[in-house]
Amino acid sequence: MTDASFPLSLPSGAEDRFAAAPRGYWHTVGRRLRYDYVTLFFLLVVGLIALAAILAPLVAPFDPNKTSMLYRLKPIGYRGFLLGTDELGRDMLSRLIWGGRMSLTMGLTPVAIATSIGGFLGVVAGFAGGWVNMLVMRTMDVFYAFPSVLLAVAISGTMGGGVANGLVALTLVFIPPLCRVSEAATTQIRTRDFVEAARASGASTLSIIFYHVLRNIMAPVFIYASSLISVSILLAAGLSFLGLGVEPPTADWGLMLSTLRQSIYVQPLICALPGVAIFIASLSFNLVSDGLRQAMDIRV
Amino acid sequence: MNEVVRPEAARPTPVSSGDARDRGGKAQPILTAENLRKYFPIHGGVLMRKIAVVKAVDDVSFMVLKGESLGIVGESGCGKSTLARLLMCLTPRDAGSLVFDGDPIGGTSGLSLRELRRYMQIVFQDSDASLNPRLTVEDSIAYGPRVHGMASAEARALARDLLQRVGLRPELFGMRYPHELSGGQKQRVNVARALALNPRLLILDEAVSALDKSVAAQVLNLLRSLKRSFNLTYLFISHDLDVVQYISDRVLVMYLGQIVEIGPAEAIYRRPMHPYTRALLNSRLALDPRDRVETAPLTGDPPNPINPPSGCRFRTRCPFAEPICAKAAPALAKWVDRASHVAACHMADRASGHSRAGAAPPPLARHVRPEAIVSG
Repeated sequence: MTDASFPLSLPSGAEDRFAAAPRGYWHTVGRRLRYDYVTLFFLLVVGLIALAAILAPLVAPFDPNKTSMLYRLKPIGYRGFLLGTDELGRDMLSRLIWGGRMSLTMGLTPVAIATSIGGFLGVVAGFAGGWVNMLVMRTMDVFYAFPSVLLAVAISGTMGGGVANGLVALTLVFIPPLCRVSEAATTQIRTRDFVEAARASGASTLSIIFYHVLRNIMAPVFIYASSLISVSILLAAGLSFLGLGVEPPTADWGLMLSTLRQSIYVQPLICALPGVAIFIASLSFNLVSDGLRQAMDIRV
Repeated sequence: MNEVVRPEAARPTPVSSGDARDRGGKAQPILTAENLRKYFPIHGGVLMRKIAVVKAVDDVSFMVLKGESLGIVGESGCGKSTLARLLMCLTPRDAGSLVFDGDPIGGTSGLSLRELRRYMQIVFQDSDASLNPRLTVEDSIAYGPRVHGMASAEARALARDLLQRVGLRPELFGMRYPHELSGGQKQRVNVARALALNPRLLILDEAVSALDKSVAAQVLNLLRSLKRSFNLTYLFISHDLDVVQYISDRVLVMYLGQIVEIGPAEAIYRRPMHPYTRALLNSRLALDPRDRVETAPLTGDPPNPINPPSGCRFRTRCPFAEPICAKAAPALAKWVDRASHVAACHMADRASGHSRAGAAPPPLARHVRPEAIVSG
């Protein structure tokens, strides 16, 4: 301490021993992730799936919708069809790549939208408390009363099939749990003394929410949202399988599983491929989310 | 609108040397609280109807003079912290008025809440919960000035300067997060945060109670030197009588949401008038192991604030209680100037009808140490 007028300070230089480079939150998270090889590997898998989906027109060897009566249900590796062909003679690999595009969209979009809406509602409910909290959270509880699959099927069944309606249904399914997580986190932060201190500094409610609350609820909400991505992919596949999501001939993993199931005795391996794709994608997202949770769950 | 107090010329307690920000004169109290009241309702039953009230702060009036340190002591749950929150307007008051340096707080013509926040700041007991875990120390300190419109770079420079002033090297601590600091360091940061708006009055709500003794002593010494250099007035809330004695010019004793005694620190610690104050002082432990307290000076818990005793609230635990104490609540005698020493007790009022009224208070059971332990 350099302040000479300060009588009970440590001897000069004593503190230099603790002079480590300041580390921010994200820096620490990154450092912890770097040594988590499982998470890194599945992050790579997620990255490859995403890359293939984004670059589908470039990497897919064939047109995913081009049918051929001659090459129906050919086995894996048959004449350039790396993963065989489906019941209409379309290249499975190309369809899986294009289907990934749809599945990722269906996995990420509802979660992203639900995180914004549910997170916002949760922060409002948590910060306002009282009857606002009661109103918002009891409304969410109504949605909670239904199992998520049933709710998604009911909503998209009522509104009809199609990608857009499927997205809306999934978003509605994910809003209540995300709202609950963000409300719980906000309620916990709101009563901390630093929020009181900020109020005592004359800060407005909006400023407190943006500067103090959001920073602190980001980690739990983000972690929870990432765990919902795999659920969303599965639910979307389920909707398509039931004919409520994507409509043929669009390539989609769930839909492919549905249409190929009649051929299960002819080409069981081919029929299982969309399921394998769903399994790998969902597992990867789950494990990445798990790793993120471990890395971000820093008690500070 | 409030009484202007004229202190006698020569008094041991410090008189503010004057401040450019003073609106009234030096003698104008910096904060006047009149008949402050806060009742917390208790809801219960099926319909969540109001079934009772907790009288947390009940009809409290006092003044904080410019440049002084006013200590507030009392048992846990006596309403000290609620009082602090009422003064900061963090909790709305049910009744009563607050006047800051001649300007009423709130209302249409008075000082706005936002202005008040610049003049009054508070430091809480929990040094850890008082800092945002996701903000660096520097950002935490710079937040207040930025809220009041200071440019980011300027606020950061101010934060670094304040870190230096509270004895933390800014280049070492500025970019750290709260979990990388010790309790004492965190409380220094909280003091810096409170000082960032250049307040006139600092409320220290059990600010050193959670720190261990040596660290508490460091922070107390820091507070003393900051008081001089920033021309501050302190409202020091604590249950630790030694700490209050060390830092305070005047002391206010609370019991069950009411003021029972107020006066200069020396007078209170040497000649307490109220039996509760006396019991508190007797409950202190001596540093000399041969000087033991064999019997508890005060037994039992404080009465339930939901349903306080009639008359004097202390009568259920008071060794001198008489029928008069149950009938009438003793009033706090009129406070005249900074040397006034008054108590809300029938024994202090000659006309009360108490058999010991007007008699000299019995001596303290044990010698009161001339110095608090932290004065080293």
